[in-house]
Amino acid sequence: MLLAPDHITEEGEFIINMGPQHPATHGVLHLKIWLDGETIKKIEPQLGYIHRSIEKMCESLSYRQFIYVTSRMDYLSAHMNNQACALAVEKGLQIEATPRAQAIRVLLGELTRLSSHLLWWASTGLDLGGITPFFYAFRERETINTILEETCGTRLTQNFIVPGGVMYDIHPDFQKKVKDLIKQFRANYHEYDEILTGNVIFQNRLKGVGYISKEDAISYGCTGPTARASGISCDIRKLAPYDGYDKLKFDEVILSGGDCWARYQVRMAEIIQSLNILEQLIDNIPEGDFLAKTKNVVKLNKGDIYQRVETARGELGVYIVSDGAATPYRCKFRSPNFSNLSAIPHIAKGAKIGDLMAIMATVDLVIPDIDR
Amino acid sequence: MFLKNYIGDIFSSIKSLLTGMKLTGYYFTHLKEIVTEEYPDNRGTLKMAERFRGEVIMPHNENNEHRCTGCQACELACPNASIKIVTKQETQPDGKKKKRIDTFVYRLDMCTFCNLCVNACPSEAIVMGQKFEHSVYDKKQLKKILNFPNSKLMEGVEE
Amino acid sequence: MNTPTPYSFASLATGIHAWLRQAISNDTLLQVTEMVITGVCLLVFLVLLCFFLGYMERKVAAFMEIRLGPNRVGPKGSLQIVADTLKLLFKEGLTPNGADKFLFNLAPGIMVVTSMMAVAPIAFAKNFQIWDINIGVLYVSAISSMAVIGILMAGWSSNNKYSLIGAMRSGAQIVSYELSIGLSLITIVILSGSLQLSEIVESQANGWWIFKGHIPVIIAFVIFIIASTAEINRAPFDLTEAEQELTGGFHTEYAGMKFAMFLLSEYINLFIVSAIAATIFLGGWMPFHIGSLPAFNHVMDYIPSFMWFFGKTFFIVFIIMWFRWTFPRLRIDQLLNLEWKYLLPISMVNILIVTAMAIFGWHF
Repeated sequence: MLLAPDHITEEGEFIINMGPQHPATHGVLHLKIWLDGETIKKIEPQLGYIHRSIEKMCESLSYRQFIYVTSRMDYLSAHMNNQACALAVEKGLQIEATPRAQAIRVLLGELTRLSSHLLWWASTGLDLGGITPFFYAFRERETINTILEETCGTRLTQNFIVPGGVMYDIHPDFQKKVKDLIKQFRANYHEYDEILTGNVIFQNRLKGVGYISKEDAISYGCTGPTARASGISCDIRKLAPYDGYDKLKFDEVILSGGDCWARYQVRMAEIIQSLNILEQLIDNIPEGDFLAKTKNVVKLNKGDIYQRVETARGELGVYIVSDGAATPYRCKFRSPNFSNLSAIPHIAKGAKIGDLMAIMATVDLVIPDIDR
Repeated sequence: MFLKNYIGDIFSSIKSLLTGMKLTGYYFTHLKEIVTEEYPDNRGTLKMAERFRGEVIMPHNENNEHRCTGCQACELACPNASIKIVTKQETQPDGKKKKRIDTFVYRLDMCTFCNLCVNACPSEAIVMGQKFEHSVYDKKQLKKILNFPNSKLMEGVEE
Repeated sequence: MNTPTPYSFASLATGIHAWLRQAISNDTLLQVTEMVITGVCLLVFLVLLCFFLGYMERKVAAFMEIRLGPNRVGPKGSLQIVADTLKLLFKEGLTPNGADKFLFNLAPGIMVVTSMMAVAPIAFAKNFQIWDINIGVLYVSAISSMAVIGILMAGWSSNNKYSLIGAMRSGAQIVSYELSIGLSLITIVILSGSLQLSEIVESQANGWWIFKGHIPVIIAFVIFIIASTAEINRAPFDLTEAEQELTGGFHTEYAGMKFAMFLLSEYINLFIVSAIAATIFLGGWMPFHIGSLPAFNHVMDYIPSFMWFFGKTFFIVFIIMWFRWTFPRLRIDQLLNLEWKYLLPISMVNILIVTAMAIFGWHF
């Protein structure tokens, strides 16, 4: 493997190993890069540095327990990962979460999406060398995390969802705080434009860089904002609505640019859409139970279940094969980051090293989700 | 035409750069906007959210009584075996022998704060505590025994 | 100019000189002694200056990023940088395997020496200058471009590809931006008719060049600030370090005191370009005068000349820091585009205008 022919460099080429410890790979991703001067000729992602065999672990955990493990895959959309698993289990049990629980899930999910997109925005600025935007985004993110902490008890890996609903009812202050957050966010949003979006250096770094065509995006299996920036309609919240997303009014942001700038704009527009969803739902949380009745020991019927949700980075699929026992027979996650990563060698071919940072930042990889 | 574009480019770029500098300049001159907390200094006033998951604790009342019946539901619910309950047979005043907890071992070093044990507990014997400063010099100190020495089961929990 | 000059450093310097003259009869020995004294004073001054600049940068960054900045060591965190320096002193000065040991250890020294050399012709206060060389402007621009040798040396000898890429970038960057710096300095040389820094300062007695030379000099000033930010490798032009791309660029492999020397030279360079900009465009130690207000001018004269110099210098230092904490980084080809397609043509046209201005006397 180590001496395979493609590891040999041609005249004038050299290899640098970006990662597993590198400031811009956001974790332990290892990119082997063939360079000709500053120009990238080939990239080979090398995975496995943070493989924790989550899929295998799930096989020995009960259907109530295995939900929490998925928080550790894409830790920035932990809530959505949990939601996917809970939905899968509910599908198997042929029950549905109560309307109140669904609304709470959607609210918390959109808050998580907001906080994830804010972190993405912050780190995009950071990857391109601007340190200050990071702190502006974290100011709003801190507010979101405080809200999440108050209701869920944790800030990042919530584990607030159980099959049939959610763990607790929302905190009494929740609605007021979310409204304050929306107000604060809308008031501060112009700063995001001023410091980064409108900045000529930033625009030049993104425009026309890292182009991926619609066909390529489909064949590499890109999902989420990465694919929507290439003109693919792939928002699971629209295509296969779950937890009452079909009753909400929001736009699926689709751009056709396909470059880093389009990906940036898709995410920025999604922030606004998430705020819209929050605004619609925050005053209309249905009354009732927050948890549907389930048996103490959850057992699924023999067979398999596939459930997908839209996380902040794309489509997460949960595939559970059950043999009728209390634990899954086999559990497989289709993680958005793995597929998005597979497109990076294609996108980055011929780009400069500086462009690779822009590409990595706008594709928005979370490494633990790649390896699982 | 070229010259017009060229000069227009320069002016629009300078304008966009100045907008950014105006924002950072605003924050530089408005120190009231600083949002950071001075953490170790504000220990006295720092209040965690009431649902905050800091650690698993077992509340005892003033008579040194807890609510844990030793049913081991939490032990079963725990995904990573952070909880171990050792039970013993205890002779009651009426002569009957009953199962009581001997030690409730909680391994903070393995806990992921998923709240499943608290959720599973039928008698509300364990809750999540607000303490979050858990660093110790010796790993062994993270293995905690939650029931106090000589503590008893609270009356009326078992029924 | 027979205005009163309080806190004159010039009298202090001449006093010490006269005292040494009495003590040491041998002329050569006297000169050597004076050089040593100057050198030691300069070293102490520069190290203290770097402490201050480091503290200032941290605080400026913190306030712009809505946080508090260093606030643990000393009053309001002012001794934090001293603590950090002590830490770096005690760290192991690691030399990686396979590195060219001699060049690797030499490079930080070259960086510091070249930056310190450029301090020589700067006029800190009225009649207070280490070396009033008659080609001051030329000397400074010649010396400052030598920094690239240190960077290339560090990058090449580290035996690290990231360092090498960083060094190569810095070669392209510094050589290109050297041109713009030179051309924008030449505008003032044309206007004042001298390369000597003290004379350039004297020529601004009746008004700083940035006011006297109006639009063309303002353009030259802006170009100088941009180009010198690039020359000293600070963000948004810090491609040689490019933390997020090259993990530190040319100083990836350096640790401990050797790394601290790179930092030292970065801050000295920052001070020098600001001091040069202050001297050339903003009148150095010259007080701010408005032609028809003698009373106002008189009040301004009472502010000591070194205060004027440092005030202007730190104003420009602040602007350069402001750039750093606002903008994202450019890409290498955009960096060169900026120089060759924008700054260089503009400064060339600007020189023509300034020449015409000097010939026809269109300035104030």
